[in-house]
Amino acid sequence: MFAIDNLQIGYGRRVLSTLSQVTVERGEFICLLGRNGQGKSTLLRTFAGFIRPVAGEVRLDGRPVREWPAAERARKVAVVLTDRPQVGALRVWELVEMGRQPYTGWTGALSAEDRAIAAEALAQVEGEHLRDRFVDSLSDGERQRVMIARALAQQPQVMLLDEITAFLDLPSRVTITSTLRKVAHETGVSIILSSHDLELSLNAADRIWLLPGEGRFIDGAPEDVALSGAIGEAFDQSNLVFSLSSGRFETRASPRGVAFVDAAGPAGLWLGRALERLGYRLAESAPQADFVIKRLHEGYEWNGLFHPTIGSLARALTQR
Amino acid sequence: MSAAFRPVAVSLAAAGVLAAVAVASLMVGQVMLSPGEVLTGLGSIGSGSMESRIVVDLRLPRVLAAILGGAALGLAGLMMQTLFQNPLADAWSLGLMAGGQLGAALVIVAGAVVGPGFLMILTGFAGLGVVAGSALGMLAVALAMSAMARRVGAVTLLVLGLMLGFLAQGLISVLLHFTNRSQGRIFAAWNDATFANVTWSDFAALAPLLGLGLIGCVILAKPLTALLLGDVYAESLGVNVPRFRRLVLGATILLAAPVTAFCGPVAFVGLIVPHLARGLAGSARIGVLIPATALIGAALTLSADLVVHLPWEQHFLHLNAILALIGAPLVILLLLRARSLRGGES
Repeated sequence: MFAIDNLQIGYGRRVLSTLSQVTVERGEFICLLGRNGQGKSTLLRTFAGFIRPVAGEVRLDGRPVREWPAAERARKVAVVLTDRPQVGALRVWELVEMGRQPYTGWTGALSAEDRAIAAEALAQVEGEHLRDRFVDSLSDGERQRVMIARALAQQPQVMLLDEITAFLDLPSRVTITSTLRKVAHETGVSIILSSHDLELSLNAADRIWLLPGEGRFIDGAPEDVALSGAIGEAFDQSNLVFSLSSGRFETRASPRGVAFVDAAGPAGLWLGRALERLGYRLAESAPQADFVIKRLHEGYEWNGLFHPTIGSLARALTQR
Repeated sequence: MSAAFRPVAVSLAAAGVLAAVAVASLMVGQVMLSPGEVLTGLGSIGSGSMESRIVVDLRLPRVLAAILGGAALGLAGLMMQTLFQNPLADAWSLGLMAGGQLGAALVIVAGAVVGPGFLMILTGFAGLGVVAGSALGMLAVALAMSAMARRVGAVTLLVLGLMLGFLAQGLISVLLHFTNRSQGRIFAAWNDATFANVTWSDFAALAPLLGLGLIGCVILAKPLTALLLGDVYAESLGVNVPRFRRLVLGATILLAAPVTAFCGPVAFVGLIVPHLARGLAGSARIGVLIPATALIGAALTLSADLVVHLPWEQHFLHLNAILALIGAPLVILLLLRARSLRGGES
């Protein structure tokens, strides 16, 4: 499968990133993260063999990916892109069966086996019910699902997906990401997905590839990458930081005060989130804090006053 | 599986319509013939009988030219719409025909400069010079447009084609201003687009070129289908895109240029027929659309030609006028329905 050694990706002579040693194993679900312009698409396009690396080679089964004949490469590497092709009068099954093109003769005639493979690919993305629909009548999420099915019908060893969730709403992103994870693990196809969805990627990926900028490339398990602080380096902005304790982005401001939450369970968690949102730091114990908020049976107590909801407590705190 | 049979049904229906219109075209004209007289004419080739001369010498070449021309222009439009990923692309809208017109006008004017001997060749109408000139003009524009297509969007490309058309018309006007009347008439006769001037000897050039174009179209059907998704997807499906683009352009020219050269610039067929085929067949796969497009193109063009050749009192109807009456409303409808100019809704 993919193996690289001191690969420099970029356009022309301009190097965007240097990857020292990377191999991709069977059935891995890899999320490629980085801010815009750090070379996510360039990396995927280089891996797909669409563009030439500045230096080094991407080897696919031991042979530079660009040296594979196009049709043979198409049996090993499939891609799904951000942009949504607008094709009139094309049905979903026709689109998915296009994935069999690398295996058919010049007429493109499909065997019964080809059709079965295409149908199986559509089933893997849970899109059987879309089979007879026209592609341009699909929602964005459905369309990306059938584009994934088309790529799966190519029976590739590796699938490269470039920000395919960029246009989708949150439920569709979660669905697609978990579908991809499932597909990678069940079929053994390796999937490299570039994404903006940091939290979703950290939850779902087996492995994170991070392009933090300045030409660096970081490769590791999501948790290792997070703990190394590299995610913060890559994404932190002046007023937004990646919090290692919560695994989320939080606003950075000098705290308005230090609060202690005297509550357990979900109520304590969400109360803490509300306080952080309002700009307070959370203390480990009551003596370290400026004030204490206590969870009562049906509400919250602060400063001797009762608040039935977190909302009313928050309003009172902002007026503090 | 009705979706799989619909294209076949559409092709069969178009073939039926085509056959009926073809028979009607052989019967109808200034001299009306019965089916029996048409058969007598076909059966007595070279006998010199009136039926034979009308059917075999006058009507049959025209009917065959309209069938071949309509099919070829439809297929050329199908390939160009796919190649340029633009639902309104065809030899006419992208200025290829304007290039052909300019080429023809240049040859005719050059004939005036070189001398009357050259003009003698031209008076045979659609003489070799006009044929070559228009074909070269189309080729030049096709190369220019395909070079520009990479850099500009779908709408810009259409506007460029339109402007190129105006530019060619302007140049042609100026060129003709400096020629004499007979040359102007030669150009006007060619520019009026008719199948009636095609003779049996023209098929010796027309048929092999169109045959090659058709073979090219069929061979390229599989990668053309992949190109429906765009260049990158086509490449990821194993298509050598730059080489393939050149081949498609070559096949398109082989189909469109001979028809334009021998029959003049026939408008709208390449633009609307692929959409009719897609809409009726309910599929976008090129392999499925090739028979449907060719047959619908032939049937539509021959029908328009039949209207032109009805026994009118005065003979002022032009083929392009009839095609415009059918085509322009369809294109307007298409523009209003298209969700984006990149996708051909039909």
